[in-house]
Amino acid sequence: MNLRNYLKVYKKFLHTSLASELEYKTNILVDLITAILSLVGSIFLLSIFFQNSGYIGGWKFEQALIIQAIYTILNGITNTWFNPNLTEIVKHIREGTLDFVLLKPIDSQFFISLKKINPSGFLEIMLGFFLLLFCIRINQINLSLSFLILSFITIICSICILYSLWFFISTTTIWFVKTWNAIEVLRSFLYIGRFPLNSFSFSLRVFFSIFIPIAFITTIPSEVFLGLSQLWKILLEVIVASVFLITSRKFWLFALRFYSSASS
Amino acid sequence: MVQNIIDVRSLSKSFDISSKEPGLKGTIKHFFNRQTKSLKVIKDISFEIKEGEIVGFLGANGAGKTTILKMLCGLIYPSEGSILVSGHLPFRRKENFLKNITLIMGQKQQLIWDLPPIESFYLNASIYDLDKFEAKKRIKKLSDMLEIDEELFIPVRKLSLGQRMKSELLAALIHEPRILFLDEPTLGLDINAQRNLRKFLQKYNKETNATICLTSHYMKDITSLCKRVICVHEGAISYDGKLNLLLKKLSPVKEILIVCRSEKDAIKLESSGFTIKNKIKNEITIKIENNSITSSLKTILNNFDIEDLFINEPPVDEIIGKILIKKDYDI
Repeated sequence: MNLRNYLKVYKKFLHTSLASELEYKTNILVDLITAILSLVGSIFLLSIFFQNSGYIGGWKFEQALIIQAIYTILNGITNTWFNPNLTEIVKHIREGTLDFVLLKPIDSQFFISLKKINPSGFLEIMLGFFLLLFCIRINQINLSLSFLILSFITIICSICILYSLWFFISTTTIWFVKTWNAIEVLRSFLYIGRFPLNSFSFSLRVFFSIFIPIAFITTIPSEVFLGLSQLWKILLEVIVASVFLITSRKFWLFALRFYSSASS
Repeated sequence: MVQNIIDVRSLSKSFDISSKEPGLKGTIKHFFNRQTKSLKVIKDISFEIKEGEIVGFLGANGAGKTTILKMLCGLIYPSEGSILVSGHLPFRRKENFLKNITLIMGQKQQLIWDLPPIESFYLNASIYDLDKFEAKKRIKKLSDMLEIDEELFIPVRKLSLGQRMKSELLAALIHEPRILFLDEPTLGLDINAQRNLRKFLQKYNKETNATICLTSHYMKDITSLCKRVICVHEGAISYDGKLNLLLKKLSPVKEILIVCRSEKDAIKLESSGFTIKNKIKNEITIKIENNSITSSLKTILNNFDIEDLFINEPPVDEIIGKILIKKDYDI
């Protein structure tokens, strides 16, 4: 299949999953309200941290809001694509319905990663963008071309790292069958991404940079927005994202050799 | 000469299986020190299937039928041996191979639960790179064959099991595969739905010359669809050949109930050398070997005053039940 066909299939994925979700109007409404309340709650929590001291880890409240905005965008992407699809992998493997995916003449990783979308996640993405625009204004950031390119690259890299981590954990289901807990642990680590990396102790900074690179996901894009980032950090994020993406792909293809399907 | 479309040589498959002792102690032991052992579920099997054939795989639960089907369609890697399906190594799952096969499982579904089946059909059509016009044509043709129409526009969750199965078949056949792997397709269906599905498969095979590999626990599926059966017993093939030969071998005699005009005739028949099963007044049941049934009946009708007679075929389920527990059939 060529790229044109993949785009055609993705259009169908969008159509069918939107149609499926729109079958349950109340559920969408509840999700939308949850997204708004969650963002308001997070900003409130952040403002409490900054109440006594104007700075945390060298970041002002207005600057830390950028991290919150990027986190909201990434969380929206997680809720729109990763959550409905990657949590389904566990179900596919446990119930043996991965059989149907593997027998289609289409890349199995593409199929299971993008088949569904949750439209309520779009609101979160939009809220994140509005908050980001607001932060650009209050922090008086100049919107130059190089700034836009670097921000785009770092956010794409963050999405790749997040996706790869999640996909990697879901793939282990082929051996361990149940990995809900590991995904929950990953989600709770992601909450840490709402705070600047410098606000943690040295050992935690190392842990969140090397072992679970949550720091790369939000802090580096935020530093780009504030003009604080150094080129080597951006390059490092690109390398980390590429390594994670390639490794998760190879790991999936390797794991499929051990797929034994569910008994009938 | 008809070509082999499936060629299996010395195929084996082993799985690592863990076992657990009962009770809390067993659970804790199982959690900390899991004992696994390698279990050979398919043992050195070989067979070929010709294009257009309908072959039934028979065996008890856990005999290995589904594992064989899953290796044939490329879902499971074989541990040893070779498989060629339509000239491809199935486990490589090349695009050309996948476009030629389909798998239908009676207990699993691929249709999108909240949407009408038609949405799943068009999604599959785009995956198999069919344009809208071609997809529409194929959906129309298959829905006519399956006798479904309005059901295509009702959400899957609101369809009956029979309607859902027909829709599953349509979704699985939209790309017109040359080889169909069917794993218990009639599971849970009522008698009419089972009959309709069998009728459809016969028609589909006749019209497209597609090869069908089928497993089923409903003997009617096997007897009405398959001329050839492969019996699997504990992972090995115990019989591979024509179904009618197997039935003859397993049931070499027929029972005939003869109603004589008088008890005197019944006594005369009793002493005429036939194998008697039982006799009640003027009714007598005799056993006759399949190969001498015509001549024996001629003799009886010419020499005795017969009021009526009934030939009792032993139930197919009962005969095939014997296959599931026996290891080897030399026919």
